[in-house]
Amino acid sequence: MTELTAILVSMVLSATPLLLAAAGELVTEKSGVLNLGVEGMMIVGAVVGFGAEYNSGSAVMGFAAAAIGGALLAALFGFLTLFFLANQVATGLALTIFGLGLSALIGTAYIGKPLPHLPLLDIPGISDLPVVGPLIFGQDAIVYLSVAVTIAIAWFLSRTRLGLVLRSVGENHEAAHALGYPVRRIRFLAVLFGGAMSGLGGAYLSLAYTPLWSQGMTAGRGWIALALVVFSTWKPWRLLFGAYLFGFFSIVQLHAQGLAVPIAPEFLSMLPYLATILVLVIISRDAKRIRLNAPASLGKAFRATA
Amino acid sequence: MPRIKLEPRAQSSRLMTYLSPLLAVVLTLMGAAVLFAILGRDPLEAYRAFFIDPVSTLYGIGELGVKGAPLILCAIGLAIGFRANVWNIGAEGQFILGAIAGGGVGLFFEPLLGPLTMPAMLIAGALGGLMWAAIPAFLKTRFNANEILTSLMLTYVASLLLNYLVRGPWRDPQGYNFPQSKPFDGYAVFNPFFTGTRLGLGALMALLAVVGGWFLMSRSFLGYQIKVVGLTPAAATYAGFNQKRVVWFCLAISGALAGLAGVNEVAGPIGQLLPTISPGYGFTAIIVAFLGRLHPFGILLAGLLIALSYLGGEAAQISLNLPVAVVGVFQGMLLFFLLACELLVRYRVVIGAPAVQSIAA
Repeated sequence: MTELTAILVSMVLSATPLLLAAAGELVTEKSGVLNLGVEGMMIVGAVVGFGAEYNSGSAVMGFAAAAIGGALLAALFGFLTLFFLANQVATGLALTIFGLGLSALIGTAYIGKPLPHLPLLDIPGISDLPVVGPLIFGQDAIVYLSVAVTIAIAWFLSRTRLGLVLRSVGENHEAAHALGYPVRRIRFLAVLFGGAMSGLGGAYLSLAYTPLWSQGMTAGRGWIALALVVFSTWKPWRLLFGAYLFGFFSIVQLHAQGLAVPIAPEFLSMLPYLATILVLVIISRDAKRIRLNAPASLGKAFRATA
Repeated sequence: MPRIKLEPRAQSSRLMTYLSPLLAVVLTLMGAAVLFAILGRDPLEAYRAFFIDPVSTLYGIGELGVKGAPLILCAIGLAIGFRANVWNIGAEGQFILGAIAGGGVGLFFEPLLGPLTMPAMLIAGALGGLMWAAIPAFLKTRFNANEILTSLMLTYVASLLLNYLVRGPWRDPQGYNFPQSKPFDGYAVFNPFFTGTRLGLGALMALLAVVGGWFLMSRSFLGYQIKVVGLTPAAATYAGFNQKRVVWFCLAISGALAGLAGVNEVAGPIGQLLPTISPGYGFTAIIVAFLGRLHPFGILLAGLLIALSYLGGEAAQISLNLPVAVVGVFQGMLLFFLLACELLVRYRVVIGAPAVQSIAA
């Protein structure tokens, strides 16, 4: 494999967990709920997925368990914010703190244990083509799943009736309620979906990307996923682009070390975080654009008065 | 099944304001008992190891202050911001920058500054934290960038910077290649006040911050502005309060306090710069701020309680062989219960059939 192909392939690998988590959060936010607990749901997904695959020997079980784990944590968030009307920002932070602690507790049993890599797609002849072979026809199943789900979300939000209802709940919950839509139920489902996707994203890190469990292994990726949603201005297609862009920023460091670039590795590791700040600044600078694109009820509590 | 309905209270319940944190603590203790049982430990024995043994000696009580001080310093600053809806969650990064800036002065200028070293370190530490918090403040007021995400991203950057320094230019040549700076020396060491404990300047500053925070929020016009901006931004605009100034002030004060906590930690209890100088004080301070109901005196009590959970975690790790991660689970659980109990302050829970509203429902 040439250096360029290696860079592109690892870019896709590091983008996939971001894309999964951000796509889920996008749906949650479109319904008007801001869940800042992505980091916590991802890390719990990572450890639960690892444990499930380690004990069952099946990667499918691992990812399924991770999705359920993420969704359970999200359910906790949903109950508190939708039924107990707790502050969404504070509850999201709580979810992250809780998730980091819980995952460390569960994970003590799995430190240093190995797992096999996920099988890669292999179409004889085609997967061996230069560059596009490994890049497009030689990835693991979850990479394809992440892209397919993102496209499905784009279609769901813009082309289906339920997608329209979900968006209307996020834009104006009072109006949606007056029209008879079950605001809380829809939001709860959107929150669960976001949690399951974050769980999958976390599991991708521990089952495919490394594949190892280590404490705090998400290293801020949940927060980067949140920034990606803002970056995409809540549009799934842009999310796809943004995730790969950030995937690139996070792997530059690995390849730069290989190429003996004379910069301390610590500074190269800062890149994804600095890039996140830079991108946020560029996108947010235009306050009007954010206001026009963000779901109008984002982060606001809803209590049916009638 | 009787219907359970929420009725908004005309005024926040004073009783529930004080009762809800206590209720959350009780619920967390019950949750902890379940967790201990799941992990196969006798809950009562675990309670004792966690909450009583660590503070049964003078040294232990001192440690409560040592662990509580950074939490309280960070939380006082954060709470001021939270009141104004300024969500600085990067106190951990500001803590690290305070340690780097103050520690740098202590490492390299001690021979030059002599007895002035300690005040210089404190000023540098506060400025380090302040400058680090000024970045999100600038990006928020100038570019409208979300301070939650920027302040958090900067925490990772700060941690990498500290790693670079203690592995690279600031590494102790006599340190057997360990990633650590030289130990602080002479005037750069913040000695404990009381023999037999490690209690020192950090604890004193935490107490001063509590009083200062109370004065600011309850007795000053600036504090009033902060509260109005948080409760009703529209009214604040109408009254002509400068909201950008409030954002700047909230981030600056919380950054400076976190920075002070950082320099006190490295020059006091730790004694040198290391790659990891905090068990997540900056993040846990968020819990402390909420548990203290964003009130300085509440934060004092909350900080000591959370400090006890840290001490308990360390003690239980040794005596009961419990993983230290249990502490994080407790802290998260406590915050959840706290947020759920918060409901009782603003709403009345009515059980039974609603009288008049039944037609509409």
